[in-house]
Amino acid sequence: MSSFATFFAALPAPWVVGLHHYVFLSALLFVIGFFGVLLRKNALVIFMSLELMLVAATLGFVTFSRYNGTMDGNVFVFFILTVAAVEVAVGLAIIVALFRHRRTVMVDELNHLKN
Amino acid sequence: MADLFFYFFSALTVGSALGVVLNRNTVGAALCLLLSLLGTAGLFVLLNAYLLAVLLVLVYAGAVAALFVFVVMLLDMQGGAKQRVNSFTAIAGMGALVLLFAGLAVTFGPGQLSAPAPASSPALGASLKFYGYQLFTTYLLPVQIVGFLLLAAMLGVIVLSRRNTGSEDAK
Repeated sequence: MSSFATFFAALPAPWVVGLHHYVFLSALLFVIGFFGVLLRKNALVIFMSLELMLVAATLGFVTFSRYNGTMDGNVFVFFILTVAAVEVAVGLAIIVALFRHRRTVMVDELNHLKN
Repeated sequence: MADLFFYFFSALTVGSALGVVLNRNTVGAALCLLLSLLGTAGLFVLLNAYLLAVLLVLVYAGAVAALFVFVVMLLDMQGGAKQRVNSFTAIAGMGALVLLFAGLAVTFGPGQLSAPAPASSPALGASLKFYGYQLFTTYLLPVQIVGFLLLAAMLGVIVLSRRNTGSEDAK
């Protein structure tokens, strides 16, 4: 317990923005996106929540890249952005095709493969 | 001053992310996603990753969010459907919350995340030269793979969106 106390005493004031704040923000964004995927039934909103999770991971990459003085995280964000754009294009095309075929995008009504 | 900007942008990002998840109106959710991405771009500027901030606004806010708005308006869905949460989803959510708190407790405990202040490490992400150098030396193969992926996705989207009319023509 005393190690905790000395640890927190050595920290700067909690409102001074540091690595912790960015990591916490990234985790918070990821969790919001995760619960969006979990709780929503609209396929489009699920897709938007997936994008939120990708952005949260991106924020983590940029943060650690900045605080470590390295370049690799920043370059990796390039590839994340490209893959996210590809994923959105293909995914939205699939959703549009699905809507043409079934007239709905609610995931709990898309159960034709069940049983 | 930079701290005030951090709190402003993070509040914007998290608030609009909550708006994406909680908004019943799908168009509103798409616009909240756009706002959240703009807030994230502001955070990237605070982290000295100027190019990535511009790319995020161009690619995400410009292309992805606009595509979402287009598709939402194209599909003309009726929003406000009832939200039912089954027990499996509730259990998964509880598990996710437990994992989140365990991860936060480990991450923010003593001995972790002890990075120095950003002023003591160089802001490599601020300069375009480093991006170009890395992309054309260390990451040359991933760049080519990603280019091929873009080509494949373009062809796939064309096939996906043409298939219905093609089959109707065949009939």
